[in-house]
Amino acid sequence: MGNSQRTSGSGLRAIHLVWLQASIGLIGFAAVLELAPRLGLVSPRFLPPFSTIAVALANEIQQPNFWAALAFTLRSWVIGLTISVVAGASLGILIGSSALLQAVTRSTIEFLRPIPSVALIPVAILLFGTTLQSNLVLVIYASFWQVLIQVLSGVQDVDPVARETAQSYRFGHWALIRHVIWPTTLPYLMTGIRLAASVALILAITAELTIGTPGLGRELSLAQSGGAVAVMYAYLIVMGLIGVLVNVVARRLERSVMPWHPSLRADEPA
Amino acid sequence: MSAPILRVVGKASLALGLPVALLAAWWIASAGSANFYFPPLQTIAQTFVEVWVSPRIFDDVVPSLGRLAAGYFGAVALGLVIGIPIGLSRTLRNMLEPVLEFLRAIPPPALVPILILFAGIGDTMKTLVIVSGCIWPVLLNTVEGVRGRDEVLEDVVRCYRIGRLARLWHFVIPSASPQMFTGMRQALSIGIILMVISEMFAASNGLGFAIIQFERSFAVAEMWTGIIMLGLIGILLSQIFRLVERRMLGWYHGLRQSQRVGG
Repeated sequence: MGNSQRTSGSGLRAIHLVWLQASIGLIGFAAVLELAPRLGLVSPRFLPPFSTIAVALANEIQQPNFWAALAFTLRSWVIGLTISVVAGASLGILIGSSALLQAVTRSTIEFLRPIPSVALIPVAILLFGTTLQSNLVLVIYASFWQVLIQVLSGVQDVDPVARETAQSYRFGHWALIRHVIWPTTLPYLMTGIRLAASVALILAITAELTIGTPGLGRELSLAQSGGAVAVMYAYLIVMGLIGVLVNVVARRLERSVMPWHPSLRADEPA
Repeated sequence: MSAPILRVVGKASLALGLPVALLAAWWIASAGSANFYFPPLQTIAQTFVEVWVSPRIFDDVVPSLGRLAAGYFGAVALGLVIGIPIGLSRTLRNMLEPVLEFLRAIPPPALVPILILFAGIGDTMKTLVIVSGCIWPVLLNTVEGVRGRDEVLEDVVRCYRIGRLARLWHFVIPSASPQMFTGMRQALSIGIILMVISEMFAASNGLGFAIIQFERSFAVAEMWTGIIMLGLIGILLSQIFRLVERRMLGWYHGLRQSQRVGG
């Protein structure tokens, strides 16, 4: 093993080391979770040993209602995220390409954006009850601003020389958007999508927890009322893993949509 | 002579025009509203005064903000104290990164039922919920900020044999501070959300409790005033944050400005 590492160069060895250290960290974390309740540092009634949680998780994923809940959560996440990305990107480009529109809308955006989306929970409950729409209200309100703000700053970042050059060449309105504004805005849009993706997931689960719409969040609160502590932790682990997955996929997407962008090129491990 | 005045008036009307128009539209559209869920804005405005210009502001708003402050500042302190050493050590970073990424990805509201197990439903639980949600943006941005410090400056500082503490205080923390503030800004909006959520689960006072109480008793106008109050608090806190950030990071924004003009 040492031999193969030596021949494949120091770069590969560095990567091996990173993986080694990462797995030490993860195993250590699991070990702490296992030992803390076993040694009596935490009451096992509050934090069951990691092995018990793992068994509960293995049990849970054999249940059909686990997969139904997962599907429901992911459905509100996908629908909500898609709507906010499309709305945020098109409104952002529209507002961003006109100085007048920007000046008119700035104060309103600044005013609406910091309103916490959870303030809408009671409205959603009264209007939609425990349906998908309730989830969507929260998800869209929270993630729309992430996309809009990013796209707005992206459109503002367009190089004035490039814009004037395009105008000198009599680019039409669409050509200007397609060839000048869009490429500058794309990195910002991708950042916005990445932020919105995790916010949307958080809000989907929050809505399920507080409103009681079907999904992983409701399964968690059902486990809570049933006193099934290990199952609660199992659901936390599932949510964390989905969150990690969402982040990884968003980063991959960023990389594959714009491999030309300097920030991504510089990111490659040397 | 009147040109500057005109410009100010023009700017003000641009800034105020749309909000005023929207409010007016809401006022007029809801004026005779018989819809139970959307009472006339006039009613909401009157109810707002009745509900919030009263001892309720001390019974509900102040406890909420107190818990938010305790949780938020606790999370910022913890995030900085844990984040700086992780940012400084590559080994530590490689070991802890996957764990931190996982912990960050857990939706903070999902921790509420767990924390109820540990800390009951009192103020401790609510503060802990806020800490557990706010710490990740601060922590991870601190790690990133410290990691991204200028290598040349680092070497210079080492060459001059500047002591550990002085290096930390005069070099590491300032160079990471723009990212730290980014983290703190994200943490603030998460904190407000968690303040509300934790009170919706189990509480006897607080803004989230009041709003959910109004909703359950179908006091719709009161519920809308609660939502407006929450929005106002969100806006106020983000403005305060902006002022503090502008003051403490003035040097950084100035630097960026001059670089942009010079470059």
